[in-house]
Amino acid sequence: MAAPREPIFDRLEPLLNRVQRPARYIGCEVGAVEPDWSKCVEVDPDTGQVSDTAAVRWLLAYPDTYEIGQPNQGLQILFEILNERPDALAERTYAPWVDLESEMRDAGVPLFSIDTHRPADAFHLLAFNLSAELTYTNLLNMVDLAGVPVRSADRSAEHPLVIAGGHCTYNPEPLADFLDAVVMGDGEEAVADITEVVGSWLAAGALDREQLLRELSSIEGVYVPAAYEVTYTGASMAGDIEVVDTVEPRWPEAPEVVAKRTITDLAEWPYPRSQMVPLTEVVHDRLNVEVFRGCTRGCRFCQAGMITRPVRERPAEQVAQMVTEGLARTGYDEVALTSLSTADFSGVAQVVEEIVESDTEGRLSVSLPSLRVDAFGVEIAAQVQKGRRTGLTFAPEAGTWRMRQVINKLIREEDLYGAVESAYSQGWRRVKLYFLTGLPTETDEDTLGIARMAENCVTIGRRHIKNPSVTVSVGGFVPKPFTPFQWFGQNTEEELHRKISLLRDALRKNRNVAFKWHDTRASVIEGAFSRGDRRLGPVIESAWRNGAVFQEWSERFSLQTWLDAFEAAGLGVEQLAYRHREESETLPWEHIDAGLHKDFLWQDWQDALEEVGLPDCRWTPCYDCGACTGWGVEHVVASAVPPAGGSQGTGQDLDTGGLLPEVVAVPVELGVRA
Amino acid sequence: MTDTPAKRIRVRYSVSGKVRFLSHRDVARVTERAIRRAGVPVAYTQGYSPRPKMQYGLALSTGYESTGEYIDIYLDPEREGMVDPVEIAVALDACMPRGLDVLAASLVDSTEGSLQDSVESTGWEVQVAADDPAATELPGRVEALMGADHHEIEIVRKGKPVREDLRPLVFDLVLKVPASAGGDGGAEPLLLMAELGTKPRSIRPSELLGALGVSEPVKVRRTHQWTNRDGNRGEPLGLEVPSQRTELCAI
Repeated sequence: MAAPREPIFDRLEPLLNRVQRPARYIGCEVGAVEPDWSKCVEVDPDTGQVSDTAAVRWLLAYPDTYEIGQPNQGLQILFEILNERPDALAERTYAPWVDLESEMRDAGVPLFSIDTHRPADAFHLLAFNLSAELTYTNLLNMVDLAGVPVRSADRSAEHPLVIAGGHCTYNPEPLADFLDAVVMGDGEEAVADITEVVGSWLAAGALDREQLLRELSSIEGVYVPAAYEVTYTGASMAGDIEVVDTVEPRWPEAPEVVAKRTITDLAEWPYPRSQMVPLTEVVHDRLNVEVFRGCTRGCRFCQAGMITRPVRERPAEQVAQMVTEGLARTGYDEVALTSLSTADFSGVAQVVEEIVESDTEGRLSVSLPSLRVDAFGVEIAAQVQKGRRTGLTFAPEAGTWRMRQVINKLIREEDLYGAVESAYSQGWRRVKLYFLTGLPTETDEDTLGIARMAENCVTIGRRHIKNPSVTVSVGGFVPKPFTPFQWFGQNTEEELHRKISLLRDALRKNRNVAFKWHDTRASVIEGAFSRGDRRLGPVIESAWRNGAVFQEWSERFSLQTWLDAFEAAGLGVEQLAYRHREESETLPWEHIDAGLHKDFLWQDWQDALEEVGLPDCRWTPCYDCGACTGWGVEHVVASAVPPAGGSQGTGQDLDTGGLLPEVVAVPVELGVRA
Repeated sequence: MTDTPAKRIRVRYSVSGKVRFLSHRDVARVTERAIRRAGVPVAYTQGYSPRPKMQYGLALSTGYESTGEYIDIYLDPEREGMVDPVEIAVALDACMPRGLDVLAASLVDSTEGSLQDSVESTGWEVQVAADDPAATELPGRVEALMGADHHEIEIVRKGKPVREDLRPLVFDLVLKVPASAGGDGGAEPLLLMAELGTKPRSIRPSELLGALGVSEPVKVRRTHQWTNRDGNRGEPLGLEVPSQRTELCAI
C-alpha cells in the first residue's frame, strides 16, 4: 500500500494556467487544519527500523466540484476528527472539472489532494461522501484518475481502499462492485474504528486484502459488499421480472444485517471546531452550525428525515457559543442554523435572540434553512432579517390538504396562508414555494392545487404590496429506500412531464407567478438508482466509460447514454423506477438496518393510501418506528412541549386542515381549469 | 452619519504561491473577511446592501504573482479600534491567507487620487522557460519591437476583432538571458522585464507576450505600479513606509 509521496503541485501548476477557475484546486482555506505528515513516520527505538505507516492516511473525497463539495459539513467534520488523532491524517479532494481532467490525463497527473497536493496513491483510503445518485459516475472517474482499478475485485493490497458514506449509501447496492466498504449512518465514531483496523493491518505488513475486508465487515455499521452473496428470483416465464431473492453473508465475520451507527449526544461532537473559509466562491458560503440531527415530522417522501432518527439536539448554549466563536474566527457575516427543520429546534428562540443581540453593528444575517410554514416561522425570520427582506421560502410540498395528508406534511391551509400574509405584511416582496409532483395517489386536482395555492398567495400579497412575486418550484418525486414510499412505482417521465405542463399552462397567465421545474429526465435516472440492486454496476460503469460525468449538471446530463447503458445490461427503467414493489418482495437493501422497522414503514404506507396523517412523535405517543428502541436512545430534546405556536400537526385541529382561512378572499376565479 | 471625514489607509501587499490562482474578486472577498477577523474599524457603504468601504487598484490577472498590489481601506471615525497604519498592517497580515502578505501601510491624504486614476504604468517580470519554442528568437524579437515605432496587434473588443498599436504603451522592455541558457530542460529561465502603460488602457502582459510569440510563460509577476505626481515618478506606497514585516520588505 501507499508509500509517502511528495507533493506534486509543481506538475499541476502549468495545467492550472490553462483551466477555468483554477482557485478551486488550490485549497489554502483560512482555518483549515494542516495535515501533519510527520505522523506517518516512526522509528523503532530498539531496532532503528523506520516505518512509514504509523498513521492511516485518509483522502476524503466529494464526487462533484469544489464549489459544491467544499461546504459539505460531514466531510469537514471527519477531516478534523481524523487529523486530531495521532494515528491518522486526512486530506480532501473534489472532482476536477472536465477541462482539468483532460489536461491531467494528457500530462499523466493523477487525482490529487487539495491540502498539500499529494497524489491519491499516497493515501490508504479514498473515502467518498455520496449525497446524490447522479454523482456515481464521478466516483468511478475519480477512482480511475487516482490510478486505482474501478472494480473492487480488481484491486490488490497496494491499492487504497475505496469506501463511502452519506445518505445515498443507505442503498449501497448499485455501487457494490466498486466500493470496498460502506459506512452506514453517523461517521464520527466509525472512522475511528476503521482507522484502527486499517492501522493494525498496515502494521502487520499489509499483505492479504481479503483479510482486511473481513475485519472491516465485523465493525459495527460497516458494510462490505464483497462479504455478501445475492441471489435473484429468476424469470420462470417470459415477461417475468427478476428481483432480489436472498442476500446472505459469505464470511463468518459479516453480520446478516448491518445496522447504522448513531451518535447519541451531539454535545460531545462540537464539530467542525474550525470551519474553514474558502478563498473562492462556493455554495452555502457562510458559517454553518448544526443545531440538531434527525427529524420526526414523518414526511413520508423524505428519506433524510427517516434515516437520521432519532432527534438529537445540540444544547442551545453550545449552539450560541459555536456561532459567536465561529463568526469571530471566520469573519463571515452570515450564519446558518442547519438541521432538517430548524424552527423545530427547541432552543431556536433563545439562540436567535442571543445572536441578534450580539450583532451590535446590524450587519449579520442569519439563515434558517427549511423555514416552518406558519406564522411562527415568519416571526423568527422577521427577528433575524431586520434590514433586507427580499424573499422567503416555504415548502408546502403539495397543493391540497388531501395530498398533504398522504405525504404527512400536515400543513393546514390556514398555516400556509397565515405565513404568507405575515410575510407580505412585514415587508417581504417575494415568496418561493417548493412542491413535489408525481406523489402517490396524486390526481390532476392535486397537481392543479399548486397553481391555486400560488394564485391565492398573489391575492394575499396584493393587499400589502403592489407587485408581489411568487415563485413556484416543482420537482418530480423519486421514491427512496427506508421511507413508506419505497414500495411506490415512480411516475413515468411522460406522466411527470404532463403534470408539469398542466401546471405551466395553469400559471402562464399570471404575471406574478414564476414557474420552475426540475428536469424530469434526470428524475428517471435518479429513480432507477435510488431503489436499484447490484445489477446496476455494469450500467454505471458503461455510462462512465461513455463519458457520462457531472450528470448533476443539466448541461452535461445525457439521458441517451443512460438508456443505452440500461439496454446493454438488459435492464429497463420501467422495472427499476416505475414498478410498484410487492409487500412480499425482498428489497435490495433489506440487509441494511436504518433503524426503521419494515412493518412500521409498511403500515405508514397503508396509512398514506388511507390519507391518514401522523403527528410528530416528539410530543405524542411513540409509533414504534424502531429508531429509538433499537439503539436504546431517546429523542434528545430540551423541551417536553412543542415549540411556540404549535407544530405542524401537533396539538392542532386537523379536521380544519383543508379549510381556506378568511385571509384568502373567496376568489372569483381560482385559476383552476378543469 | 458624521461630518468627520473617513481616514483612508493604503495597504501594499504581495501575491505569491498557490493563491496566485485566485481571481481579483476572490482576493477582494478574502480581504473583506480578513478585515472583519482582524477587527479593523472599516467604514461601510450606505445603501441597501452595505459593504466594507474599500477601493482596489488595477486588477491582477488570475495566475500572476505580484509584489506591488494596493488597496485603500476607509475607516469609520465613529467606530472604536485601531487607527495606526502599522498596527492595522500587522493585524491584517495575521488574518490574510498564506501568500497574500501585507508589506506596508500608510495613512493617505484625502486629496490623493484613487489608485485606479493615479497609476500610469506597471512593472513586470516574466520568466520564459529556456526550452520555450520562442526562446531562441526572443532577443531578436525584443530588439525589433523596441526599435519599431508601431507594432499592431489584434485584440477582441465587444466580440469584434480590432487592430491596435501596442508599441506606444511598451515604455520599457529588457531581456536577460542567463549564461547557462542553451535549450535543455534544466536550464535557468529567461527573464523579461517590462514597463507597460495603463492609459488610455492597461496593456496586458499576455498581449505583450503574444506579440513576442510566448504562449506559456513560466511565471508572471507584477513588481511595481508607477504613479506620476507633478512629473515625479513614484509608487502609491513605497516599501520605505514603516512595516513590521521587514523580512518581506527586503524583496
